[in-house]
Amino acid sequence: MEQFISFIPGILSGLQMTVLVFLLTLIGSIPIGILVAIGMRSEYFVLRWIINAYIWIMRGTPLLLQLIFIYYGLSMVGITFSRFDAAIFAFIINYAAYLAEIFRGGLQAIPQGQLAAAQVLGLSKSQSFFRIILPQVIKIIVPPFGNEVINLVKDTSLIYVIGLGDILRAGSIAASREVTLIPYLIVGVLYLLMTGFVTVLLRQSEKKLNRWR
Amino acid sequence: MIQIQNLTKQFGDKTIFKNLSLTLDDGEILTVMGPSGIGKTTLIKVLTGLEEAQSGTITIENEQFPVGTPQVSKQFALIFQDFNLFPHLTVKENIELAPKIVKKADQPSITQKTSELLRKLNITEQANLYPYQLSGGQKQRVAIARALAMEPQVIIYDEPTSGLDEQSTRQVESIMLQLKKEGVSQLVVTHDLPFEKTISDRTFDFTKEVSK
Ligand SMILES: Nc1ncnc2c1ncn2[C@@H]1O[C@H](COP(=O)(O)OP(=O)(O)OP(=O)(O)O)[C@@H](O)[C@H]1O
Ligand SMILES: [Mg+2]
Repeated sequence: MEQFISFIPGILSGLQMTVLVFLLTLIGSIPIGILVAIGMRSEYFVLRWIINAYIWIMRGTPLLLQLIFIYYGLSMVGITFSRFDAAIFAFIINYAAYLAEIFRGGLQAIPQGQLAAAQVLGLSKSQSFFRIILPQVIKIIVPPFGNEVINLVKDTSLIYVIGLGDILRAGSIAASREVTLIPYLIVGVLYLLMTGFVTVLLRQSEKKLNRWR
Repeated sequence: MIQIQNLTKQFGDKTIFKNLSLTLDDGEILTVMGPSGIGKTTLIKVLTGLEEAQSGTITIENEQFPVGTPQVSKQFALIFQDFNLFPHLTVKENIELAPKIVKKADQPSITQKTSELLRKLNITEQANLYPYQLSGGQKQRVAIARALAMEPQVIIYDEPTSGLDEQSTRQVESIMLQLKKEGVSQLVVTHDLPFEKTISDRTFDFTKEVSK
């Protein structure tokens, strides 16, 4: 029991780091993802080209590698981040790319007639977007968005590679100190609780959105 | 009376119509006929501001405006062939959205107007349903109510009876004749001859007008 209690502080502070990276990534990547998705539909070919290259790089290479590159690689050319800032930056630009693809798909799925109907009724462009398009896009993207959010919970464990102490790192330190697997078990249960919580939230919003079709 | 003059529309170098003119009296039902692909829907889009025209003017109450002026476009309401109701809003919310956020009317008058429209179009019982829960005829009547809520001068219909059964067709006919009595002008694109016979005051033959 005493041994068990000795894990707690380390794991709690790791948990705090994990949750912080998770929340900051979501807060940063959602608006950027929306902007990128809108940019993909721009008439400026150069902008579309840049966005496509960005998405290709973000989705085409491992997040782990991106983290290493942003923290260690960029410092070699004089751009230095704190460990924490590097992690948040890497996560936000990576997740924004995935979310942008999801938002783009959602936008594409809305029939042209919806915008036409809004326009004929006199709605402005921004009224049409926020009142007509966005609510329909949200319904379409909740399931794939939910997948990304759950991936994010687990991906936060990658920050160990630049020396940040998340929950998994706290667990492995405790495990090697006490020569037991129990800390890993606790960490596993905590991940399950986090993803379970996210899943429940997503199910509830899906249920609400299922009032209409 | 509304006068549409010298309307010209091209897609690239393809001319759909040139110097097209037509007038519409108060309370008149003008039916527009012509073969597929001739430009009927395009005409509707130009009048409602969904497509830009190369030239043309519209005269309303002795004031002339270039076609596409928002002030003018908003006098033309459109009932789309597939209605384009907003799926995430209830019938009532569909009707009230534009009066609320475009006209910025006050809630008591919106509520009153909406219940009037619901009654008039025989959809009171459906007020709190979502579009997917409605029949085709009911959807169309919601689309008409949504258009009427903005009090336009002209209501335009694109193929209003396609996909409707006998009974719904009779219902939309009687609604159109009722609106006519109230002095609303209506422009109807249709292929449905019996329907056109019942409602039409005058026929605009697109083929003749375009080849002039
Ligand atoms: N956005 C566009 N770009 C280029 N050409 C177009 C466009 N929209 C319509 N057209 C062309 O304009 C012509 C008229 O089309 P329109 O849809 O107005 O025909 P319509 O009379 O409504 O036919 P239908 O009875 O089949 O509905 C067609 O030849 C069509 O291919
Ligand atoms: Mg047509």
